[in-house]
Amino acid sequence: MALPSSPPDAAAPDAERLLGLYATMQRIRVFETLADEAHKAGQVAGYIHLSIGQEAIAAAVGANLREDDVLTSTHRGHGHTIAKGADPLAMFRELCGRAGGTCGGKGGSMHIADFSVGMLGANGVVAAGLPIAVGAAHAIALKGEDRIAVCFFGDGATNRGPFLEALNWAAAFRLPVLFVCEDNGYGATTRTGSVSAGGGPGVRAESLGIPVTVVDGNDLAAVDAAAAALVRAVREGGGPQFLHARTYRFRGHTSSDPATYRDAAEVQAQLAGNDPIRRAAATLAGLGVTPDALERVERHEREALAAALATALDSPWPDLGTAFTDVQDIGAPQ
Amino acid sequence: MSRLTYREAARLALAHELAADPAVWTLGEDIGRGGVFGQYQGLQAEFGPTRVVDTPISEAAIMGGAVGAALLGTRPVVEMRFSDFALCAVDELVNQAAKARYMFGGQARVPLVVRQPVGLWSNSAAQHSQSLESWYVHIPGLVVLAPATPADNYGLLRAAIRSDDPVVHLEHKDLWPAEGEVPLDGDWEVPIGVARRVREGRDVTVVTWSGGVRIAEEAATLAETQGVSLDILDLRSLWPWDRGAVLDSVARTGRLLVVHEAVEVAGFGAEIAATVADALFGALKAPVRRLGAPRIPVPYSPALEPASRITAPAVAAAAAGLVSWRS
Ligand SMILES: Cc1ncc(C[n+]2csc(CCOP(=O)(O)OP(=O)(O)O)c2C)c(N)n1
Ligand SMILES: [Mg+2]
Repeated sequence: MALPSSPPDAAAPDAERLLGLYATMQRIRVFETLADEAHKAGQVAGYIHLSIGQEAIAAAVGANLREDDVLTSTHRGHGHTIAKGADPLAMFRELCGRAGGTCGGKGGSMHIADFSVGMLGANGVVAAGLPIAVGAAHAIALKGEDRIAVCFFGDGATNRGPFLEALNWAAAFRLPVLFVCEDNGYGATTRTGSVSAGGGPGVRAESLGIPVTVVDGNDLAAVDAAAAALVRAVREGGGPQFLHARTYRFRGHTSSDPATYRDAAEVQAQLAGNDPIRRAAATLAGLGVTPDALERVERHEREALAAALATALDSPWPDLGTAFTDVQDIGAPQ
Repeated sequence: MSRLTYREAARLALAHELAADPAVWTLGEDIGRGGVFGQYQGLQAEFGPTRVVDTPISEAAIMGGAVGAALLGTRPVVEMRFSDFALCAVDELVNQAAKARYMFGGQARVPLVVRQPVGLWSNSAAQHSQSLESWYVHIPGLVVLAPATPADNYGLLRAAIRSDDPVVHLEHKDLWPAEGEVPLDGDWEVPIGVARRVREGRDVTVVTWSGGVRIAEEAATLAETQGVSLDILDLRSLWPWDRGAVLDSVARTGRLLVVHEAVEVAGFGAEIAATVADALFGALKAPVRRLGAPRIPVPYSPALEPASRITAPAVAAAAAGLVSWRS
């Protein structure tokens, strides 16, 4: 997790701080690129959802959280988990279904979680993380703590009922929650705008009295500055905040989806001009960071993560007996 | 011992746990004014609005929020008002509460209780009368309780709140005014998974729970006049259920009749019948039988609702039929 060295300012970003966030983005990108290859090689089972193209949001929000803050995630949760500080080796083991995975191999990509860093779980059910985050915030308020809960969800999730129930609850009880809508424009193969009424996620949140900040989610420094301000406001007890981050999914819905339903020109334009990593690199270059320094960051992540994946693939399978543990205490399987 | 209603017993159980453990809190619609059945009367005045929380009409957020709050170490007691409305929170209960501990590899527990008033009551018709216990028993991760007496509602609710598992606590709406003796002293609770012998008998084992218990007791009196003696077990706890007590009884009587208010088809009686048929095949003197509601939605009219009810004469007749059974 990149740690704030000074309060972020979108207009005049701090190079050292931004380089830390850049490293987190690279970690997410490299992790998912390797996971995708491992999936194609049959080393990762099931299916995985990649957040490639959306890394700036996870990296910047994560960098503004304390380790004891909590977050809930979605089916597309690798980036959030890495940004909250989870160990990539344990994450790779989880994806590969091995012993020593964050969930002992019982969750996999879609249910990855690391409670030791406050990551309360990805979720296989769209919008399910919203009430859970709000409930976590309710518990924080009951205990009188100054932690906060962060809730990531997609644009598609804003059409499910729990979105309304959770936002209303958070506002009615003035809970310490930051809602982060990662708006990549699509829910699976469907353009969210084509099946949604009204003025979008922010208008819905505003109608409940929740302040909304709209940000270019692929502008690392902008997301960092927005997240810093919102996390501070939430922690100071002002009630929930809503960050609407516009972004783009560079890959298919799952790693096996060629995403042919998207207009080729639209995809091309995004890949060419809106890669959050390349944009951050350009910003950093403008701040005087040398190409060499950026290259070192990337190489470090590549080497470290390739080694982690190799170790994960070398790790033992979980003992079959663990399939029967942690079901429940009373009435556990015999 | 105090003489209490089923409602008052549950109220005191929750009050005891709220007083004993600051991590316990309760949330639901209208509970600040006592809840729809008065089972929360006075609790908000005693424990304050932050521990006895009036919620919006948002069943998904009530259940889902309780999951998040439980993951952070608090112990929410959730009120669903009518079990039928818990269907608006099935994802939160089945996919989230029941799965979180397992799919996250034991990193956290979900110590919550969800109270669901069940059963036929006051001609409430198809959307306010259901008994869906078999759905919940089917879900790994959940504990399912269905008390029939004030003492059991008190003792099981206390045990449920103290348990680290998500517990579905089904309270029968017709039993709220039922009275009985309740031991209120100290930390007394009812062990989860242990059946209660309601009545000793020699001819037919009747296994039942919740609203079925009173009907079975009445049936026993009727059956007695025909010379048939019923051994009645109130399971109280449906997961885990007291297999040993059921098998012991049927091993003695050689006959099993399962009685429940829920629809008979794919009801929990099917599980008990299959278990007994499997374990005691050679010892049975008659086929195992189930008696539950027909597979119809509960109708409204006082002239029609009886079609959904199991009755004491029907139970007595089914028991007599097993005693006179010849292959
Ligand atoms: C309740 C539910 N309905 C449908 C799905 C299938 N599904 C998984 S992800 C997804 C798209 C979600 O879109 P969005 O919320 O925008 O997130 P994104 O995938 O774009 O990150 C769908 C429909 C699901 N997992 N859960
Ligand atoms: Mg989307």
